[in-house]
Amino acid sequence: MSHEALCLIWFVLLGVLITGYAILDGFDLGVGILHYVAKGDRERRIVMNSIGPLWDGNEVWLVTFGGALFAAFPVAYGTVFSAFYIAFMLLLFALIFRAVSLEFRSKVQSEGWRRVWDFGFFGSSLLAALLFGVAAGNLIAGMPIDADRAFTGTLWDQLRPYPIIVGLLTASLFAMHGAIYLYLKTEGELQERMHRWMWRTFGLFLVLYLVATLYTLVAVPGAVANLRNHWWLWVVPALNVLAIANIPRAVHLGRAGYAFASSCATIAALAFLFAAAIFPNLVRSNLDSALSITIFNGSSSVKTLTIMLIIAVIGMPFVLTYTAIIYWVFRGKVRLDEASY
Amino acid sequence: MDVELLARLQFAGTIMFHYLFPPLTIGMGLIMVIIEWAYLRTKKEVWHDAARFWTKLFALNFALGVATGIVMEFEFGTNWAAYSRFVGDVFGSALAAEGIFAFFLESGFLAVLVFGWDRVGPKMHFFSTLMVALGSIFSAIWIVVANSWQQTPAGSHVVEHEGVLRAEITDFWLLVFNPSMVDRLTHTLIGAFILGAFFVMSISAYYLLKKRHEEFARRSFTVALIVATIASLLALVTGHDQAKKVAATQPAKLAAFEGHFETGEGGAPLYLLGWPDSKAETVRFGVKIPGMLSYLVHWDTGEPIPGLKEFAEDERPPVWLPFQTYHLMVGLGMVFIGLTVVSLFFLWRKTLFTKRWLLWVWVFAVIGPFLANQSGWVAAEVGRQPWIVYPSVQDGVAQAGLRTADGLSESVTGGHVLWSIIMFGLIYALLFVIWIFVLNNKIQHGPVVSAAGAGEGGFLAAGASRLDRDEGRSLTETGDEEPGSGKGGEA
Repeated sequence: MSHEALCLIWFVLLGVLITGYAILDGFDLGVGILHYVAKGDRERRIVMNSIGPLWDGNEVWLVTFGGALFAAFPVAYGTVFSAFYIAFMLLLFALIFRAVSLEFRSKVQSEGWRRVWDFGFFGSSLLAALLFGVAAGNLIAGMPIDADRAFTGTLWDQLRPYPIIVGLLTASLFAMHGAIYLYLKTEGELQERMHRWMWRTFGLFLVLYLVATLYTLVAVPGAVANLRNHWWLWVVPALNVLAIANIPRAVHLGRAGYAFASSCATIAALAFLFAAAIFPNLVRSNLDSALSITIFNGSSSVKTLTIMLIIAVIGMPFVLTYTAIIYWVFRGKVRLDEASY
Repeated sequence: MDVELLARLQFAGTIMFHYLFPPLTIGMGLIMVIIEWAYLRTKKEVWHDAARFWTKLFALNFALGVATGIVMEFEFGTNWAAYSRFVGDVFGSALAAEGIFAFFLESGFLAVLVFGWDRVGPKMHFFSTLMVALGSIFSAIWIVVANSWQQTPAGSHVVEHEGVLRAEITDFWLLVFNPSMVDRLTHTLIGAFILGAFFVMSISAYYLLKKRHEEFARRSFTVALIVATIASLLALVTGHDQAKKVAATQPAKLAAFEGHFETGEGGAPLYLLGWPDSKAETVRFGVKIPGMLSYLVHWDTGEPIPGLKEFAEDERPPVWLPFQTYHLMVGLGMVFIGLTVVSLFFLWRKTLFTKRWLLWVWVFAVIGPFLANQSGWVAAEVGRQPWIVYPSVQDGVAQAGLRTADGLSESVTGGHVLWSIIMFGLIYALLFVIWIFVLNNKIQHGPVVSAAGAGEGGFLAAGASRLDRDEGRSLTETGDEEPGSGKGGEA
């Protein structure tokens, strides 16, 4: 296969991985953001155990995405990860605290202990969601990348209004996604409260979605260049709007499973629009567009991309099979037992 | 501040902290597979209780391994961007294989292993345990492939890409089976099995000393002791093979391990102890066996071994640290053999569990493999300096290496790295304390003994185990969980 074709394929596969991650860990992070909606120890344990067996597997999508980016586009990996040094260190701390908050919280019978890890779970989930969005916002807006493929700005360049709005949008999206998920996994009073939170988070998401869309159209013209040139791409934002509109409809009709599918579709559509906004760049240099790292000049060799593709083709059916098995085994409402967190 | 030094310190610190956990889970995985297999074969509840107990500790260790492992993947990009661009093409295949074949397998079946006791049948559960154990081994394979390629590159060539040099893959299988990979992998896995087994024995010995959960502890101890004895003996064999491979492929590293400065006439000595001084180019206070190093490498006491002075000064590794860590690892390995063989002898004589002094030794012996695993890797990694990727000759063509100093991120300053070192230092110190605390908490709580298993010991034992179980529940569970849920309620 030609180098161009392989680069395109790997761009798409990375898109699949990050979309899978956003959909799956999206509800995990959303569950963490909504942790304080649960009152009392029992409810909090139910909230944590709703993702108990799943969050680790979901996070593997991120790990695999990182590995695949490193492998398929090492130039972009090096530049992006060193550019977001402080942001990604904070992200790491958030992911560490999230993991250990889940693992440690219910191991010790002490109110103070559990309060600390409750906050750790909530705070780290919120921080991680925000940081993912901030990183995405910066990649859409472009960054100061010089001829050495190095980031020349500071942290403050990454905390401009646009990335922050994208960060808030991401957090609200995940919170909504998590609310619907928790509604599906809980019962009784907690479920009723989650019903109210589905509406609240949806409202917040809708406002931020409109703000972010307008901001992008007005202030980040580069982001819609591909949409302007390829009219058929408009199918995706159209579907996106339909999916978003379907969420309140499904919630209103009391069909939460349908609402959850719509929120998955919303995440997938937004991930697609993100990819359409940056393509063919992975990192757009706002100093000089010739310095941008594209999927073609930032990629690995034909041989590596081919071997990776073979590995992915062999491996993906297994991955999907056991992901399906795990979700099947742990279907239904949360039950606390001796093995629970 | 010196960015290189700080970035190396950060990498060393974070990888060493991370590496407390993977060998532990790899080793425990093997033992859990054996224990659960024993349960499937015999249907004795004590094996079931043992499997459940070790699973809990395994899950805790695994969670910490995952949390600290993501850091490593990020750090390549954050701190070592130039290195990432140099090796990305070569690491591509190994990383893709690790993600697809190992991580998903491990994390998926871990869910069933930890949370699925009451949701799937015993055979499916055993299968999950087996998959998690295999997954952790797969993961080790691909990481060791990548590391070994850096030490002994093969199946690759260095070419210019977009104005920068980088290594590109030429032959996948040559790359995977690069010269040092098999030796390094077997030695690494065996080190992990030793650690896992010692960990299980430490806790079991503690219970035996405290006369708690004795049946459970005796069985766990026996399984682990057999694993540990075999693994300790194999570590000697694989260690020897690996040292010979280092002599052949990285002679400067071997010279650093052994504090061997002067090639000299005839055979090289083996230092048992010493204090190398690279300024004076000598080993102070050394206790040595003449000709022994040559004998071990070449089976000939008279064959010379190249000393460090043969290498250009800017291509010599530091000596003191590789020397001491290498010797510590080897020394500990010998202790493991002695300790396991003696214990196995007493087990055979059926007097092991009455020897309290020996059980006390076992309680603390787990520190040994932790140290040995860490120091072995310190020796391997410091010993390959100043290269992050070794230069190589492949098919008669010299391929450039990459110096550690040239692998850094261009946009990252000393201040950045220092800040993150301090953050990692604080967080990891906290995690370590909490890990020990929670571990201790779980150990004090002990296994939840099912009533069926207690039936073997008659009415009184059943009563006692019931008491034990109830007490355990009130300590760790919140108390407000539904009646009838979980193992205890069913019994």
